Amino acid sequence: MSNFDRRSVLKAGLGGAALLAGPGIVPVRAAEWTNVPEANASIRVLRWKQFIQAEFDKFAEQTKKFSEKTGVKVKLEAESWEDIRPKAAVAANVGAGPDLIIGTLDDPHKFPEKLIDMTDVADYLGAKYGGWYPVAERYGKKGNSWIAIPQGATGGCLNYRISHVKAAGFDEFPKDTAGFLKLCQALKKNNTPAGFALGHATGDANGWCQWALWAFGGKVVNDKNEVVIDSPETIAALEYVKELYATFIPGVLSWNDSNNNKAYLNGELSLTLNGISIWTVGKNSTDPKQQEIAADTNHAPMPIGPVGVPTEQQNVLVAYGYKHSKYPKAVKEYIKFMWDKENYDAWEVSSNGYVSPPLPAYNDNPVWTSDPKITPFRDCLKRSRDNGFAGDLGYASAAVMGDFVVVDMFAEAASGSATPKQAAARAAERAKRYYQV
Amino acid sequence: MAVMAEPVVAPGRRSSLWSRAFESRHFLGAMFMVPAIAILILFLAYPLALGFWLGMTDTKIGGAGRFIGFQNFVSLSKDSVFWLSVFNTIFYTVAASAVKFAIGLYLALLLNERLPFKSMIRAIVLLPFVVPTVLSAIAFWWIYDSQFSIISWVLIKAGLITRYIDFLGDPWNARWSVVAANIWRGVPFVAITLLAGLQTISPSLYEAANLDGATNMQRFRHITLPMLSPIIAVVMTFSVLMTFTDFQLIYTITRGGPINSTHLMATLSFQRAITGGNLGEGAAISNAMIPFLVAAILLSFFGLQRSRWQQGGRD
Repeated sequence: MSNFDRRSVLKAGLGGAALLAGPGIVPVRAAEWTNVPEANASIRVLRWKQFIQAEFDKFAEQTKKFSEKTGVKVKLEAESWEDIRPKAAVAANVGAGPDLIIGTLDDPHKFPEKLIDMTDVADYLGAKYGGWYPVAERYGKKGNSWIAIPQGATGGCLNYRISHVKAAGFDEFPKDTAGFLKLCQALKKNNTPAGFALGHATGDANGWCQWALWAFGGKVVNDKNEVVIDSPETIAALEYVKELYATFIPGVLSWNDSNNNKAYLNGELSLTLNGISIWTVGKNSTDPKQQEIAADTNHAPMPIGPVGVPTEQQNVLVAYGYKHSKYPKAVKEYIKFMWDKENYDAWEVSSNGYVSPPLPAYNDNPVWTSDPKITPFRDCLKRSRDNGFAGDLGYASAAVMGDFVVVDMFAEAASGSATPKQAAARAAERAKRYYQV
Repeated sequence: MAVMAEPVVAPGRRSSLWSRAFESRHFLGAMFMVPAIAILILFLAYPLALGFWLGMTDTKIGGAGRFIGFQNFVSLSKDSVFWLSVFNTIFYTVAASAVKFAIGLYLALLLNERLPFKSMIRAIVLLPFVVPTVLSAIAFWWIYDSQFSIISWVLIKAGLITRYIDFLGDPWNARWSVVAANIWRGVPFVAITLLAGLQTISPSLYEAANLDGATNMQRFRHITLPMLSPIIAVVMTFSVLMTFTDFQLIYTITRGGPINSTHLMATLSFQRAITGGNLGEGAAISNAMIPFLVAAILLSFFGLQRSRWQQGGRD
């Protein structure tokens, strides 16, 4: 009896109801929401800075609607998502600052005890819209409680020039790592090379390096959080990337997150990993050259490696409220409003599919099929693993990523400054410093 | 000697201890110092002490942390990236400071001469110092861009090279590139301060030397350099301190890459503490900078204490 708490009873009840509802015996009860924001509430929201202006404008418009509807005043601010991390850290440490932050990845897992329990909002949205993607749940949940609400991911896909890939002899974009390497080699031969960031680029470099590591079965830690990166699978991934690197445009070792956008839109790149922003910016540009590049651009998911399943790492956006907020109920109300399908869909349309949704129920938004070039971004969270894979999210996973352990390992091996074996051993030594704590 | 008037006490009332204390010159003096001491403690001593304390703890972001003694330092001593950052910091400081001194002194000597448009030239020399660091860092980031570098473009157009220079993608190229950016930014400070020092040297010394038939080099070696020594000591101490603790230029241009080859101790400290979430280790890295900084200050301090050195003599 002692194991029975409100949540387990509720779960059992919902499970039973779902079973009965399946064959149409009882109607499914709509998820209930009984939260009432505090009187005269006023909250400060800090979110990631827009890459697509229409997206932010719509977000601000929805926020205004929320204030009109609830009377809760919202001060909306935006910062580059790389700058949000320090601010979030400081807010957690000093107990002051924004009430709600929409940041990235496992940041909330670094200070879970400072955050508002979002379980009721997550359960409400999950129940109403048919459940979250597993990776979204991994980012949102700490133990049995939700500490953050996933907003989606600034989906990363391969951005490629259709004509250049065709000229390289590929009518269809390769779906496996072997074909991908051949494509990159052919692009290089045609003097229309690929390029992937290998500098300290938080989004792009971590994104494709983690993909490469996982595609060959390598991982930083196992499910017991033991460091296992120094493995034959990692060496295989490093050997593969070394071959890939030889086909890249020169200079990728210095690239940060914006270099590939610039090079691609200048016509110097044929293939890179990026969000939908390159295409959107090109499409909306007044420069005919950029328009032409956008028209010749298409997107594809990252190829599947020998492990046989998608192994992408996506920049997942997460919203987390602080306990220091005087208005936690208003914070939750805001999330509930902004994540509500009607509002979320309208915002998604304005963003032109910039954010891949965290709830599969949001996939029916017409924006995803309005142009086939947008569709690959729809399922980013379906194909993604969390950056702590295969262990837990938390201080160590964040630190390993923040310290660019995996990126540096690939950069060392690819550039020849270390052999793959040396690079893997060094990465293991660095990762152990975080995971042994 | 000033004579203080006896305090007038209202009949029937004894002066309180508080008002009597304010009649004491010593007490009053101490009270006047309180604001200054409070500011020093609050904004200088407390952050430093907190930094020391954090470096001795395993504090993570959002957590309280516990005292672990020198464990962070032991852990850092086995960390190859930390040692690389120490090497990078020393290299960056020595290379940039030496060149800044040479160019700064040269410019100061030049600006001390009778030149046409001297005021305008002085203003131009000061420009790099006026531009906010982040803006100049972004400018250098573009100048060094692997695809859009203006330097590479000009050299290719001039037929001197055939492919773009990989300024920031090669470890040694990247180190020298950030050193060059720091030099550009730091030269005005050295030049203008040394110029101020040059203008304090009495022209009569040079006149006397001229009468004795001294050459330009002899005048520089036996008058300018010795008379300028105290100001050189101060300027270079500041220059070394600012270069050693540089953060913005590196963080904006390279973020410590490629493969950590431009990580300075300051940038690594930030990366470990804020991005990585390990405040304790980040603070320990910052604390590890202190011995180097103290050594630089002591060198200058003891140098300035030596009266013969101040007067241009040798010990």
